[in-house]
Amino acid sequence: MSADIARSASAKAVAADQAAAGPVLAVSGLTVVVRGEEGEREVVSDLSFTLARGKTLCIAGESGSGKSMTSLAIMRLLPKPATRIASGTIGFAGQDLAGLDERAMQAIRGNRIAMIFQEPMTSLNPVLSIGTQLIEAIETHTDLSRREARRHAVEALKAVRIPEAESRLAQYPHELSGGMRQRVMIAMALALKPDVLIADEPTTALDVTVQGEVLELLRDLQRRQGTSIILITHDMGVVAEMADRVIVMRNGRMVEQGRVGDIFAAPMQAYTRELLAAVPRMGAGAARAGIGEPAAPAPDVAAVRDLFVRFDQRGGFLGRVTHRVHAVEGVSFSIRPDETLALVGESGCGKSTTAKAIAGLVPFSGSITVNGRDLAGLSGEARKAVKRDVQMIFQDPYASLDPRMRVGDLVAEPMLVHGIGSAAERRERVAALFERVGLQAGQMELYPHEFSGGQRQRICIARALTLRPKLIIADESVSALDVSVQARVLDLLKELQREFGIAYLFISHDMAVVENISDRVAVMYLGQIVEMGTRAQVFGNPRHPYTRRLIEAVPVPDPARRRGNFARLVHEIPSVTRPRGEEPQRLRLTDLGDGHLVEAEAGIIPGLPLRAS
Amino acid sequence: MIAYLGRRIVQSVLILLGISIITFALLYLLPADPVRQIAGRSATPATVESIRRQLGLDQPFLVQYGRYLWNLLQGDLGRSYIQRSEVSQLILARLPATLLLMVGAIVCELLIGLTMGLAAAVRRGSRTDNSLMVASFVGVSAPQFVVGLLLLYIFAVRLGWFPIGGYGTFRHLVLPSLTVGIMGAGWYARMMRSSMVDVLHQDYIRTARAKGLGRLKVLVRHALPNAILPIVAMVGIDIGILMGGIVVVESVFGWPGIGQLVWQAIQRVDIPIIMGVTLVSALAIVLGNLFADLVAPFIDPRIKLR
Repeated sequence: MSADIARSASAKAVAADQAAAGPVLAVSGLTVVVRGEEGEREVVSDLSFTLARGKTLCIAGESGSGKSMTSLAIMRLLPKPATRIASGTIGFAGQDLAGLDERAMQAIRGNRIAMIFQEPMTSLNPVLSIGTQLIEAIETHTDLSRREARRHAVEALKAVRIPEAESRLAQYPHELSGGMRQRVMIAMALALKPDVLIADEPTTALDVTVQGEVLELLRDLQRRQGTSIILITHDMGVVAEMADRVIVMRNGRMVEQGRVGDIFAAPMQAYTRELLAAVPRMGAGAARAGIGEPAAPAPDVAAVRDLFVRFDQRGGFLGRVTHRVHAVEGVSFSIRPDETLALVGESGCGKSTTAKAIAGLVPFSGSITVNGRDLAGLSGEARKAVKRDVQMIFQDPYASLDPRMRVGDLVAEPMLVHGIGSAAERRERVAALFERVGLQAGQMELYPHEFSGGQRQRICIARALTLRPKLIIADESVSALDVSVQARVLDLLKELQREFGIAYLFISHDMAVVENISDRVAVMYLGQIVEMGTRAQVFGNPRHPYTRRLIEAVPVPDPARRRGNFARLVHEIPSVTRPRGEEPQRLRLTDLGDGHLVEAEAGIIPGLPLRAS
Repeated sequence: MIAYLGRRIVQSVLILLGISIITFALLYLLPADPVRQIAGRSATPATVESIRRQLGLDQPFLVQYGRYLWNLLQGDLGRSYIQRSEVSQLILARLPATLLLMVGAIVCELLIGLTMGLAAAVRRGSRTDNSLMVASFVGVSAPQFVVGLLLLYIFAVRLGWFPIGGYGTFRHLVLPSLTVGIMGAGWYARMMRSSMVDVLHQDYIRTARAKGLGRLKVLVRHALPNAILPIVAMVGIDIGILMGGIVVVESVFGWPGIGQLVWQAIQRVDIPIIMGVTLVSALAIVLGNLFADLVAPFIDPRIKLR
């Protein structure tokens, strides 16, 4: 490390000694207002807290609680001109950040207080190399030469365990995976050894196994550098895993604060108790026992045999196929009426592509049978009739409703497309569905933006129900919702299943949610199924190392059961894009008894640690 | 890269071929008769017929086009009906003036437009923003012959800063370039503003600010390269729009470019010159687009030429 950095670090250490008794950061009476159409509205009200040196403070809350606004206020990065700090002080290193001018604030940002954001995919500048962005952060606050700054940047990348750090400097963000990008963000934030790191939902957009690694990395760096962390999250599992102290926020106000153990063991406020109760927990799914055994061998609602979905990539002068994306490679499963089959896996494993193939949205090879009719052999009208039986609910309730249509018309549209009923009959049916999913028939005339995320997802569910489908595909349908809303939507889905006997194909990356709702589970990795069985088999007796890794990666919402070191992944998950003619190896599944299928030779899968746990 | 270039060149040749067929067909179907223009009012029917035969204009369409294409492939654009000299030489003699005007116009467009757009985006919602956008609207909607005459009156006649017309020095270039450029500047100002406003809302701009970078660095290093991408593609297309403006402006300022050449040729139905200028303009547009596409990957590493 260069002398300059060492000097600035030692200066910080002196300041640290002086302030060792007191907190690093003291927020007092902070109020943030947003100017809207009806005047100013408080989004953070009279918030006070302190951050102790070397400790982690978690600010937990659901969307709209003001937790992100708090962090942006500390950084003085509130979106201008609509948002501003109305009152309160932010004490840091003997100064009040709330009253500091922009130039003085620039000297603090990135240097003494650093921040990482939720979306690693969009938080790095796409047109600048990793090196440029990293070195720039170092050069802004030090007098280092370009060579020294570069060396320091490599060290920062090594500190966040990025392999081949040296050569990464020349790469651009789009060449890295989400987890790698978030590591670059962390390297950038911690390169100058700041006193405070603010992490705003740092792992929310990442896959579970990557989430575990990134959290562990943050803890490790904190231990070594003594950084104080403010971690903003909606995930009580992450809170339990990381926090020393917790602040629970709701509607801009602090509901409760205390030591993490106290908050989880003896929450004082009703809202905190509700929030904790809503968190899906592993092991809680046992309440749903008894289903899934083949009681009466009813015919399958949908059966998938040897499903392949491949996308061609073209190149060269004549645009010939040079590479293929092997999105789905020989997947087979079936779904019975009344049953929920969960497809789990991480991004890029092919679970959503499988769903799209069943809904007839992507071309495929192999056979997909819905209600006894093979989709492959049908065309035009016949296919449209089969499609009636399969409906989808998507992840983002904000993007999947046309903002210019009334919600009543949106829900009625599938009937219109299939020419069902008169206008009056359709209206009546939509009104009944609105009531059924927990909305009011009077709301049919409203537009999507007048509803909350949870209500919108209910509208999507109503739309999926209009045609009385046999199978509903729910693609990450509760992932974007707050936990308390998530729990209620899951309950609604279960009720509807009991009432109408619908089968669900439930696609999710969230193992806790899957355990809560599924009867059977299929685990996908690189386009193939590696383990499949009943919920009890897969969660009670996971046999494949990848399944175990997924289960292990879920943060447990109990601070008393923190995990030790999470097994690190040696390599990145390999790509499913391969040169033409180079076929991926087909995995063979072995039946362990009672339909518990496991891929036989776990060792042959690239990118997985052989060690089971 | 080589494969990409090869494919683009093949595409370009096909485009030029298509344009030549369409233009040739339109001129063939034109009710105006070039032979009447050449022969004059007093010519006898016999003279007219002999000229028609001499130029091959009595042949069917496909034969005429085939002959034109065959000559074209050998680099021969034919002879002007009126001026009695090679079209290629007429064009070559006037091309430098037009290219100069085009470069001047593009520089004006980008300089004025991008600055206005940038200033408006940074001060979005302010009075500066509003007045700049009104100004750009005026620029976009004002007809070029009006703008040209207005500039001439103010800066040449009243103030005497620039010459009234002609060609030769830098001072001759300023007013014509401005006249062509003002309309484009309005477009670019609006594009740059919306593109920049978009980029300024991106997460990576927040990241850059969180690093402690100053406003100017955030703007120039992080925002500008991202905001400029759609503009680069636009410049490629813009060459076609510029050509239209140049025809008008060259006659207002007496600028000796191919705009004036084609203007006279259209009035006299001088088909070889019209064809020649059309093909040269088309080539310029095709090359401009190719250039824009080749530059894009240097600004945005995500763009791959395939």
